Amino acid sequence: MNAPTTVSERLNATGTANALELRGVSKLFGALAALSDINITVRPGERRAVLGSNGAGKTTLFNCITGDFLPTSGSIRFFGEDISEFPAHERIRRGLRRTYQISLLFTGLSVLDNVYLACCGVSRGRFSLIRPRRNDALMASAEDLVRVVHMEDAKDTLVSELSYGQQRQLEIAMALSGAPRFILFDEPAAGLSPTERRELVEILTGLPSHMGFIIIEHDMDVALRVAESVTMMHNGRIFKEGKPAEIEEDPEVQALYLGGGDG
Amino acid sequence: MALIEETEAGEADDRKVGWAERVPVQYWVVIILLLIMPAFASDFTLFQIFGWSFILGMIALSLMFLAGYGGMVSLVQMTIAGLAGYMIAIFGDSAITDISQGWPWYVSIPIALIIAMLFGSLVGWLSVRTEGIYTIMITLAIASAFFYFARQNYVVFNGFSGFNGVLPPMLFGVDWRGSQAFYYLTLFWACLSYLVVLYLSRSPFGLALQGVRDNPRRMAALGFNVNAHRVAAYAFAALIAGIGGILLTWQSAQISPGTAGVGPVIDILIIAVIGGLRHPIGPFIGAFIYVVLKTFSVDFLTALGLGGERFQLLIGISFLVIVFWSPDGILGLWEKWRRSRGKDPLRDAGESKL
Repeated sequence: MNAPTTVSERLNATGTANALELRGVSKLFGALAALSDINITVRPGERRAVLGSNGAGKTTLFNCITGDFLPTSGSIRFFGEDISEFPAHERIRRGLRRTYQISLLFTGLSVLDNVYLACCGVSRGRFSLIRPRRNDALMASAEDLVRVVHMEDAKDTLVSELSYGQQRQLEIAMALSGAPRFILFDEPAAGLSPTERRELVEILTGLPSHMGFIIIEHDMDVALRVAESVTMMHNGRIFKEGKPAEIEEDPEVQALYLGGGDG
Repeated sequence: MALIEETEAGEADDRKVGWAERVPVQYWVVIILLLIMPAFASDFTLFQIFGWSFILGMIALSLMFLAGYGGMVSLVQMTIAGLAGYMIAIFGDSAITDISQGWPWYVSIPIALIIAMLFGSLVGWLSVRTEGIYTIMITLAIASAFFYFARQNYVVFNGFSGFNGVLPPMLFGVDWRGSQAFYYLTLFWACLSYLVVLYLSRSPFGLALQGVRDNPRRMAALGFNVNAHRVAAYAFAALIAGIGGILLTWQSAQISPGTAGVGPVIDILIIAVIGGLRHPIGPFIGAFIYVVLKTFSVDFLTALGLGGERFQLLIGISFLVIVFWSPDGILGLWEKWRRSRGKDPLRDAGESKL
């Protein structure tokens, strides 16, 4: 309706609006309410952790935000712009990025080619018929991203030959392509070794400060070290919101997480 | 400044040498063999065997591009070729002067190709929302609809008999239907389309198409409009099929509904599968095998004392044998052989990289 259309309007929206604003978002799978009445507001540059047991609806939340599927009801605003009805690729082109819990990478391509594709997707070169040359700007930015996640030694390796941890690193490099304004990380530390976790925390805390993100993470150590606010989810609802320290000491959260409960 | 220029020149030189060296000796042998073929091959071999193989190879190549890189098995490629053939007959010259407009070739050929691409995009647009077996069904339905429409429409398509006397232009004073000239004409377009497809496969467009094949959801999450990419692939494939269709029409000097009937439509799929969908050379290998079988199986069968009309049986059996031994077609067999050779412990070091 009154969504900003010109570049300057969109930039103005960036200045004042919240990075992400979910109002009354619900998602039904048949009779099952995977998400019910979710309200979340994330400021630009804010880093938020989403915690919750399996089946709490965290990944469904991500899928609704990126448009992998549409919510049953509710609205999603991204930097002030209503993106509720946008297809996934339009949301990505506006600066939203995500990583996947189960790696969805192109296993037949090399590391560099995977990142290069990610860079093409958010540029005008999507339909380019010309092969990349050595001095290609997109290829150069792809090489930069490979360096950011410390994978320059493996850049010509086929993804199918990478270790699990390296695949997770590659996911992050792909999420950083183009000019991301907000990133959704879906359990980036799952299955990583302690060393790899330390590297991951370094990468996440080293992101430019204007780049906000939401991270789904089971490992409290990782989640609480990179996030400045926490949202607890339970059975498709928001259960608690607050600072990491508050959440950690909250008796109800402790009962849910540590007391075992219904897991 | 000078230093930079020097290194750039050096690099360019390197690349040139590298390019020539990267083409293995076997390839040069094939290229030279194809170029000097008219010196020793008969007119029949040039025109009927090789000319036809190159043309069917191009049409199958357009299917390989869609199926191999895009994961979309389109049965409409022969129909697009037929449509392009009809269009040069209608806008250009033919023996049916009531319908043919008689426009010069530099008008009729671009129009034919543009219409073929528009039709291909339309079919693509209709079918990209479907997957797998449903894509096959939709494109097969469109192919049969085109066949029956062309057969029953007398105003534009001249119904059952179609158009005869559709000849290539006498460009540069050459009769392009002469066996040698036609051989080089088809060889040129086959090589060009082969090289373009090979080149595109590593371009951003081609890489993204393969990404769409492997993981459409991920591609959308990278900012790609998956459906637009698929439709663009259909449009490009239609261009190759359209060129093939025009050459096919010139070869037989006629176009009729049977050219794009359900049989030929399926034949293109068989050609592509026999050859292999992994690499653009596959369709040409498949087309050559198909043409040889179709041309000589009659003689072969009569020599065995069987009815010559049973040549389809021979094609069918060959198809079964190839697909049974290698689902990836002849190319798959070739890969298997190379790999088994690579197991040789004396050669192990070099081959393991493959």
